[in-house]
Parts: sequence; structure tokens; C-alpha cells
Amino acid sequence: MAGYLVFAAVLAGVALGADWGRLADAFFRPDIAAELFPEIITVALVNTLLFTGLAFAFGLVLGMALALMRLSSILPYRWFAIGYIELFRGLPSLLVLFMVGFGVPLAFPEAQIVGGVYGAVSFGLGLCAAAYMAETLRAGIQAVPKGQLEAARSLGMSHARAMVSIILPQAFRIVIPPLTNEFIMLTKDTSLAYVLGVTASSIEVTKFAGDALNRTVNATPLVVAGFVYLLITLPLSQLVQRLERRGNRRK
Amino acid sequence: MAGHAATTDTAAISVRGLHKSFGPLAVLKGVDLEVARGEVVCVVGPSGSGKSTLLRCVNLLEEPTAGTVRVAGVEVTHPDCDIDGVRRRIGMVFQSFNLFGHLSVLQNVMIAQRRVLRRPAAVARRIARENLDRVGLAEKADAYPAQLSGGQQQRAAIARSLAMNPELMLFDEPTSALDPELVGEVLAVMRSLADEGMTMMVVTHEMGFAREVADRVAFMDGGAIVESGPPAAVLGSPRQARTREFLHRVLQQ
Ligand SMILES: Nc1ncnc2c1ncn2[C@@H]1O[C@H](COP(=O)(O)OP(=O)(O)OP(=O)(O)O)[C@@H](O)[C@H]1O
Ligand SMILES: [Mg+2]
Repeated sequence: MAGYLVFAAVLAGVALGADWGRLADAFFRPDIAAELFPEIITVALVNTLLFTGLAFAFGLVLGMALALMRLSSILPYRWFAIGYIELFRGLPSLLVLFMVGFGVPLAFPEAQIVGGVYGAVSFGLGLCAAAYMAETLRAGIQAVPKGQLEAARSLGMSHARAMVSIILPQAFRIVIPPLTNEFIMLTKDTSLAYVLGVTASSIEVTKFAGDALNRTVNATPLVVAGFVYLLITLPLSQLVQRLERRGNRRK
Repeated sequence: MAGHAATTDTAAISVRGLHKSFGPLAVLKGVDLEVARGEVVCVVGPSGSGKSTLLRCVNLLEEPTAGTVRVAGVEVTHPDCDIDGVRRRIGMVFQSFNLFGHLSVLQNVMIAQRRVLRRPAAVARRIARENLDRVGLAEKADAYPAQLSGGQQQRAAIARSLAMNPELMLFDEPTSALDPELVGEVLAVMRSLADEGMTMMVVTHEMGFAREVADRVAFMDGGAIVESGPPAAVLGSPRQARTREFLHRVLQQ
């Protein structure tokens, strides 16, 4: 109770003591905000979604392959998957992006990543995301009751067919909430794209706001960029909560 | 089918010298059993005696440690055996139903017809509806497993097996997970299957069903078949002391 009183007193002090005019000037100037539109949506947000979507798709495919290898009865597959997952979970995304964007081209000058900066960013971020998704997918596959596989096999389905038709569809339902969280994490990680030199047409939200900050010497672009990210992540995290509630009710 | 001996014997199932261990635990210790075509054999015995393991060795859900298993003349324990090919000829019904949770009842009965037998959708749907009708579930075709009672789920699982036109059916305690008032509807379906001449191997604790429907009852204890014969003999006047003890215990409940 005393804690609340202190907290309220501090809040009241800040509210009374703050110079609201100066704050608004620094963080929200309508003229500067207006200037950001429509490009912050039509270019920057679209690119952020594009980087995220490509990285997610690549990470999901690779993550699925790793999850199946992780569960394989063939020992070298399992080792490879464990090694990959441990390695990429431990590396900062920025380091991986540097490696993809500069390290590899230095080592193999003839090699070119398809899709330019889009390809490089989604490849680098996807490599990292795959490690997390592999663990999520593995857990989802293992959460499908063993009897489902036995029933499928006893009907004459091969192991691969049973996986595709029976196990994976049920595993995917289980992992939709954690995969959505992974999508949210990736959305934020695309702010690292600028290190690979995005251009005017491939610029994403954070770099766009950063450039505007330099130009205007005002924090308004950062505030607007924050709201643009929330535009993506808030609906998704609401979706996750709804799905999780529904999942709990079904159990 | 690749290089394994097909024989001319008429047995639907022929188990010879079957051993199965899980690590150090020996569960089956030399089981011999024949099931003739059209015969209904009930396997009874105390919990842990290896009944499920024996049944699961017939379609190789468990890999036998030693011995041979032949199904419809095909040696399933042969290393070259095309086990998927044999399994599609063997229906299996589980204690826990194991309906596919993401599919409707109709889709449950269709999917293996489509993906394994490669029947066209229209044919698979017609056969699925016929078999749902047969188990009295025609009006539940579009329901999902979670919306069905246990008895309905088990009947749907039976229809799923029947749609593959199996030559024989394996049942592992099909009514043990059911509320008592739902047992009858499942046993009725099994009884009509037996009447139609289906070859059946049934692990069960339903002594009434075994007495009335089985052609033969096999009593298992400690990983071996202790006594086997017509139900009236094995259940009515058992020769082995262990069989008498077991029956005494279950009939008291
Ligand atoms: N996959 C397995 N791994 C290890 N032990 C197993 C496995 N499956 C079965 N067992 C053991 O084998 C023994 C026989 O099991 P089984 O399921 O065949 O018995 P059961 O006669 O069907 O019993 P119940 O009437 O309880 O179903 C048990 O001791 C069981 O714990
Ligand atoms: Mg059992």
C-alpha cells in the first residue's frame, strides 16, 4: 500500500514538473510526423514485412528439416541437427548477418546471394530463426500422442506418409502460438537489415526512422516508427493469447 | 512381393516360437499360436502377461526378438518383408481409439483409402459412408473425434479399419477405456463382424463376449499361452490352476 502511494506521488511529481511543451517538441511534432507519410508505410513497413516474411519462410523450411533430423533414428543426422541448433542459438543475429553480408563474399567473391539485400537479410535471419523453430517444431511433433503414429502405420502408411498426413498437421496446430512469437521476434530483428546496406527502395522501418532523425534532428520519427512496429506486433500477440486460451480450453 | 516364402497353409495368423524382450525384461517367452481363416480367437490373461505385446508383434508394431510370425502366408518377420503392404491387409483397433484428431470422422475413414490404396475420392467417400453406416455412425460423418463419445469413437475406428477391406482384424482391449454403458454398442459391432466371417484376434477382459463369440480362447500368463481351446472348456472347466485362479479373480468382480 505504501508502495503504491510513493509510486503515485512520483508520477504526480513528474506530471506536474514536466515541461510538456518541450517534450512534445522533442518527441511529437505533427509536421515532422506528417512528412514521414506515406513512405513509412508504403516503403518501410512493406519492406519490414517482406524481410520478416522471407526470413520466416526460409527459417521454417530449414527448421522443419532440422526438427526431423533431430528426431531421426540416424545418429549423424541427429548430431548435425543438435550441433546446428546449439551453434545458431548461441550466435547474435548481427554477427550472422555480418558473416552472410561480408564474410562469405570475401571468402567467395564469385558467389552471389540471390535476391540481393532481401536474400542476404532473410538468409541470415532465417539461419538464426531456424534453430529456434527446429526446437519448437520438435516439441510439437513429440506432443502428438504416440498412438496416432501407430494407428497410421497399422493402416499401411509408410513412416513418411504418416508424418505428412497425420503427425505434422497436428504438430503444426500445437506450435502456432510459439511460431507466432517467433514471427514477432523476427519482425524486430529486421531492424538489423541496415548493416547490409539497404537502399532507398529496400529500406525498412528502423533505418527509415533513423535517417529521418538525422535529417530533422528530432525524435518524432522514432516515436512514429515505434507505433508502426506495434501495428504488426500487437495484433499478433493478441492472436497468440487467443489461440493459447483456446488451446487451454480444449484440453 | 519380394523374395519371401508364401506358403499354401490356410492359417490367417501363424506364430512360432515368439520371443520378445524389452531390454532385460523378457515379455514373451516362446509363444505358439495359429488362427485359422474365419476364426475368432480371444486372448485373455492377467495384466502384464504380454497380450498386447503378442498382438502388436502380429503386425510388427513391436519387433520380435526371436521366432516367426506369418500373416496370410507372408512371413512378416522376414527381413525383406514389405511390412506396409502386409499391414494394409490387417485391421487394428486400439484400446485408446487413436482416431486422427485433426480429421472429421469421414476423413478418418477415407485417408488411408486415399493415401495407401490410392482409391479415387468418390470411391473412398462411398466406401467410408458404407462402413460408417455399418457401425451405426452414418449421421456422425462430419463430426470431429473430440465431439464423439468413447463408444462412437471406437466404432468409427472400426469403420476406419474395415474400409481397407482387411483380411483379418486385431483388437487390443477395444472396450477397456469405455464407460460401462458404452461397452455393449462396440461389442455388438464386433459380434456382427464375427458373424460375417471376419478373422479376428481379440485381446479382451470381456468374458461374456469371449464365451459367446470366440471359436477359441487362449489364456496367457507370464509371457506364454498356458491353455487354449473352445471357450466352454477354457472358461468353463479350465485344466490349469493358473487359469482357474485368473477366472476366479475376474468373475468375482
Ligand atoms: N515398449 C515397452 N517398453 C518396455 N516395456 C514394455 C513395453 N511394452 C510393454 N512392456 C512391458 O511388457 C509387459 C507386458 O506388457 P503388455 O502390454 O503386453 O501386457 P498386457 O498383457 O497387454 O497387459 P494389460 O492387460 O495391462 O494390457 C509389461 O510388464 C510391460 O510393462
Ligand atoms: Mg494390453
